[in-house]
Amino acid sequence: MKKNPIIAIVGNPNIGKSSLFNQLTGLRQKVGNFPSVTVEKKSGPWMLDDATEAVVVDLPGLYSLYPKALDERVVIDILANPQHQDYPDVVVVVVDASNLKRNMLLFTQVADLGLPVVLALNMLDVARDKNLQVNAVKLAMKLGVPVVRINARVGEGIDNLKQAVLQTLKTPLAQREKYYFNPADQFPELIEEVKYTNSLSNNYLALHYVQQHDIFSFVPVEQRVAFDQMIEKYGFKESGFQAAETMHRYAVIDSLVKDSVKTLAEFLVKPLWTRRLDKVLLHPFWGYAVFLSVLLVIFQAVFTFASYPMDLIDAGISSLNDWLKERLPESALSDLVTDGLVAGIGGVVIFIPQIAFLFFLVSLLEESGYMARVMVIMDKLMRKFGLNGRSVVPLISGVACAVPAIMSARSIGNRKERLLTILVTPLMSCSARLPIYTVLIALVVPSTAVLGFFTLQGLTLMGLYLLGLLSALLSAWAIKGKVESAETGYFVMEMPTYQIPRWYHVGIAVWDSVKSFVTEAGKIIVAISIILWVLATYGPGDAISKAEETVQQEQPTLRGPAFDNAVAAYKLEHSYAGHFGKFIEPAISPLGYDWKIGIALLASFAAREVFVGTMSTIYSIGSEADEDNNTIKARMRAEVNPKTGSPMYTPALAFSLLVFYVFAMMCMSTIATVKRETHGWKWPLIQLAYMTVLAYGLAFLTYQVLQ
Amino acid sequence: MKTIADLKIGERAFVKEFCQEDLSLKLLEMGCLPGEEVILEFVAPLGDPVGIQVNGYCLAMRKEEAATVIVEESI
Repeated sequence: MKKNPIIAIVGNPNIGKSSLFNQLTGLRQKVGNFPSVTVEKKSGPWMLDDATEAVVVDLPGLYSLYPKALDERVVIDILANPQHQDYPDVVVVVVDASNLKRNMLLFTQVADLGLPVVLALNMLDVARDKNLQVNAVKLAMKLGVPVVRINARVGEGIDNLKQAVLQTLKTPLAQREKYYFNPADQFPELIEEVKYTNSLSNNYLALHYVQQHDIFSFVPVEQRVAFDQMIEKYGFKESGFQAAETMHRYAVIDSLVKDSVKTLAEFLVKPLWTRRLDKVLLHPFWGYAVFLSVLLVIFQAVFTFASYPMDLIDAGISSLNDWLKERLPESALSDLVTDGLVAGIGGVVIFIPQIAFLFFLVSLLEESGYMARVMVIMDKLMRKFGLNGRSVVPLISGVACAVPAIMSARSIGNRKERLLTILVTPLMSCSARLPIYTVLIALVVPSTAVLGFFTLQGLTLMGLYLLGLLSALLSAWAIKGKVESAETGYFVMEMPTYQIPRWYHVGIAVWDSVKSFVTEAGKIIVAISIILWVLATYGPGDAISKAEETVQQEQPTLRGPAFDNAVAAYKLEHSYAGHFGKFIEPAISPLGYDWKIGIALLASFAAREVFVGTMSTIYSIGSEADEDNNTIKARMRAEVNPKTGSPMYTPALAFSLLVFYVFAMMCMSTIATVKRETHGWKWPLIQLAYMTVLAYGLAFLTYQVLQ
Repeated sequence: MKTIADLKIGERAFVKEFCQEDLSLKLLEMGCLPGEEVILEFVAPLGDPVGIQVNGYCLAMRKEEAATVIVEESI
């Protein structure tokens, strides 16, 4: 037996596959990519016994081995290729006991491929709510494979599953004699020829070579022609045969599960609770009312609840900085640590509460089964704009981060609706924009209470999100006529049973997203903060080194802190960053921005979240360690417009900046993701162009109107 | 010719055949097979999509998709 066998988890969507995976691997799970495809791969270690540490791989949920969505392709690509690095030694097929027949379709397909399988019978509690009783022993006898009763949500039956997997690993696999469906019954010569030419021993695997060679990454293109010739030679009809296979399998499954499933009382298609909830949540009025309230709660929570830990972090970082400044010797290196590194890290850490809150709420909605209802009630509305009910998930996730949101658009089968969703999702205000919104709103909007529990600041924030949503929908509507697509996709979707979310699984989802934010985005933010510090500290020529003399000559009356600040301002102005900002100032002054904001705009092109960090770096240069109001907010409030002598951050400027960031496509990772998802530069460039035009135009309008 | 799109809420019928090949492959996999009983379970607030009970669970689809599934009142 192998020391590190690979165990793949396979099953339909929404049946607790990920819950089982969480139970087996917990916080030791890793998120990565399958080689050569950009499908998220979750894997983690699972101790089977003292000597055996298995690698568990969670494969995307699917209904059959014939993939419909892009993500699903990876499953057959692995299961059909023994050379694949993730080719499993045992497949655990998780099935929904409350919907056994449909779930068994995938099981019989995987078993027919000749892979060692263990059947994990999950959701027995839902089956009981539907008045069904499933007999695992009878089922195991019929199928001839281990059948384990589990409750993936709470972690019951894991030990039995472990024993069954170990047992299966120890048993040498017999050559499959009996198939649930044997393609050689109808096309013996074709199957023989495929087996012979590709050195295969399994009839059903040979059939998949015939049916799906075009999507197999391991079949070279020139070899595909040979398959097409064979298909023609034997008069094989792909779609017709696939339909016949599915119907044959269902007939076999009928007889397999007949004795194992017993109806205890009147069979309920939906458990009582699901039926009652659907009455409300799919109601013409209450359905939308509930959805709107859910959205409202999300935004209010993110702004109000997350602001407490964020203020703490902001204050904590600034007192850490003060503490360091007092103790470290005065040198360029100490400045790099305090104003560059610590300020940069602060800019990353401050996001964590908001990201955690958003992912927490979004995964609650998904985990509970409510998201499917949202898709149903939103589909017709979304279609008016050229989108799809399934676009709701990318759009809502876009509130957290556009990168996973754009990737989640893969579940949209229709190519055109998927492309439109990808093009407009970055208009949804992602969490990287939140700190910018928060800081600017706090500067110019009073925190007056409205209707008791809302604040004017909270409502302004919601307004910005609505502006993003509205422009996403309108942009989709405007572009939809210009996107050509002959391909059609389907909406057909299972309505899952409602389930009470388990904190453990929601917690892991939150942990994963925070971790990947801190490691992925954090790296960029810290790097840019340091580069910026360097650019803002050094400059061309000797202007910087002679700063003190120059200031003394120009303003001989200045003394003490006022003198130091004047020197710092002079230095910044003559640094590389200052020259940079000055260079673009003419282009951005119609929007009300000065060169300091220009520096931040440029820096934030890599990633928006850099904006606040940059502002804090720029404004902290020259600030005093002993000032008690050392937070970003306080520094920005103290900033004075040199032309007018009044505060720099007027409502006109702040709103112009806010509008700019609602529309600007300032995120390299998003551009890279769109390029990857649309296979080319055409769409990301179109997207960049239209969003930049919107951002500049509308920010200009805002500033000119409010000024 | 009656299709799932023509059913009223609570109305029962049996699947007879499909008029779109690609979509039929998907529906077959989802357990929506010829001879199977379907009941129209809900119609979304704006009249579309619709939800049917089939093979012991609830399946949602767009009205235009439902219109490709021909049904009959008895087998």
